[in-house]
Amino acid sequence: MIEKAIVGSRRYYGGLAALLALIGVGFLCYLWQLREGLGITGMSRDVSWGLYIAQFTFFVGVAASAVMVVLPYYLHNYKLFGKITILGEFLAVPAVLMCMLFIVVDMGQPMRVMNVILHPTPNSMMFWDMVSLSGYLLLNIVIGWITLDCERKGIAPPRWVKPLIYLSIPWAVSIHTVTAFLYAGLPGRHLWLTAILAARFLASAFCAGPSLLILLCLIVRKWTRFDPGKEAIQTLAKIVTYTMLLNVFFLLLEVFTGFYSQIPGHMHSFTYLFAGLKEHGHFYGGLIPWMWSSAALAVVAIALLLNPATRRNERTLVVAALAVFASTWIDKGMGLVVGGFIPNMFDTVTEYTPTLLEVGITLMVWGIGATVLTVLYKIAVSVKEEVAA
Amino acid sequence: MAVNRRDFLRISGLGTLLGLGSMATQELLPPGKALAQQYLPDGKALKAKRWAMVVDARKCLEKVEQDGCRDCVLACNRVHNIPALPDPKHEVKWIWQERYENTFAGQNHEYAEDALRGKPFLVLCNHCDKPPCVRVCPTQATFKRDDGIVMMDFHRCIGCRYCMAACPYGSRSFNFVDPRKHLDSAATDPKFPTRMKGVVEKCNFCAERLAEGLMPACVEVCKEKALIFGDLEDPGSEVRKVLRSRYSIRRKPELGTHPEIFYVV
Repeated sequence: MIEKAIVGSRRYYGGLAALLALIGVGFLCYLWQLREGLGITGMSRDVSWGLYIAQFTFFVGVAASAVMVVLPYYLHNYKLFGKITILGEFLAVPAVLMCMLFIVVDMGQPMRVMNVILHPTPNSMMFWDMVSLSGYLLLNIVIGWITLDCERKGIAPPRWVKPLIYLSIPWAVSIHTVTAFLYAGLPGRHLWLTAILAARFLASAFCAGPSLLILLCLIVRKWTRFDPGKEAIQTLAKIVTYTMLLNVFFLLLEVFTGFYSQIPGHMHSFTYLFAGLKEHGHFYGGLIPWMWSSAALAVVAIALLLNPATRRNERTLVVAALAVFASTWIDKGMGLVVGGFIPNMFDTVTEYTPTLLEVGITLMVWGIGATVLTVLYKIAVSVKEEVAA
Repeated sequence: MAVNRRDFLRISGLGTLLGLGSMATQELLPPGKALAQQYLPDGKALKAKRWAMVVDARKCLEKVEQDGCRDCVLACNRVHNIPALPDPKHEVKWIWQERYENTFAGQNHEYAEDALRGKPFLVLCNHCDKPPCVRVCPTQATFKRDDGIVMMDFHRCIGCRYCMAACPYGSRSFNFVDPRKHLDSAATDPKFPTRMKGVVEKCNFCAERLAEGLMPACVEVCKEKALIFGDLEDPGSEVRKVLRSRYSIRRKPELGTHPEIFYVV
């Protein structure tokens, strides 16, 4: 099947070439970071995680969201999703890959990455994150590849794939739960130290991932002869509607607990994010425009999704999907990660802004993710076109 | 027993797979043993069941008021080859001064006595009895010794900075830049390793000095005897005497980390 990846239209090759160029530029930035150290980023002693870990956290969610198409199809025999499970699985693969790369580019000594395996440490959530992410990557590659190959040959998938598919469902939940546990078990980081964090992560994952999938389905339908199906896309839209509402609801629960109890630690990060903090006559509020954009996008998205007319209209659905994706990307990425470090352990504020080099390296990882996604989708779509013909 | 050509190849092949045939393994074993012996504590090493420190803030502040004393900070920086980095975002700090309000964030109020308000307090790694940094480290590069000292292995650290997110005291520093570029090679102390970029570091209670029978550098250099260091499990130790006779506080005790740095005010 791999041969499908090397025969394509001019647009396919052009797209890949553009992505490779982007990766190349980002890689130069990364070489510079390897040489100079993480000092070239905007991170500091106080905000010791930044854009990279924010992206990691967000894309674990995107990866986990494959379960939103796999579960209805395999557990509830929801036939309409039969056509797009492969798109969900092949979205999970590059997403997990990006997560791993974001961890690596964030490391001070990336050449020592194997120490995590050489000295396995079960009490570290990072260890379990590695286990769950690599397991999930393997599961999706194997399941996606085998089922697609069987579809091409017109035979039923081998019996041993079924248990793997069933395993992949709780496994998807586990990868994002473990990622939330990375944060939720740290004493003294009030924004993260909350039992609802894993639930919030799952809710935001299950709206961000499927909204990306909606966009991808529409692109596939427009550019190829494979039609994922209008109804399948509409079901995805309903899933996004409910999960986005849950996501916002969970966030508001946090706001209530913080501001009704008036416990400073539970309010400070939210105050910093949405209104800014004053300290010694200096005002810090670098993330205010971002956070309010996220809130506004959430409102727009919910309005468009709740209204049946705008949800059914694919033009407005595109706007809604984009708004969900952008809103959760800001809130869960920068908002959650950077907000957790502000104020710092001495109740003072050090702000964080990513540098251009940091953005370049981030774009490199995005580029790698997009390349893998393009190639996998090309294979999947070619097989689907071949089977239909 | 006759060994034919086929058997010989099979046996030697298996042997190589198991690493038995290689000269390197045989050569490495004896020196490995010798190294282990070198690390055994010698007779003059200072030992304790649980090392702890008491900061006598009154004595410290009196001296600071007089002449802006920073002797302990400078001594520590010197013996541990801590670079002076121009950018505060990249600073490496093992022991340093923070204002009273910041040191005890959440534990103070705006009507505190003048003697404390805005005054510098010494902060350093708390060598917690239940250290969150150790709990989260994915490679055991940071670990707690039997005598309570929380240590860093600079050579195992992968620089993920999870420990920095986990430490509720802001006690950990990351080498964002190459620290060696900012060290004066003439003033570098060869007895303690310099670090490379990309690893985390922090106060180690001068484990390397204790092994030689010396008190921590900050304790030794303090003329006011404002830093008291000793065994918390020994009822006769100096730290226990001070803690018995005076009111003491710790930073963020509510988090359950059991910090072993006590402040008497």
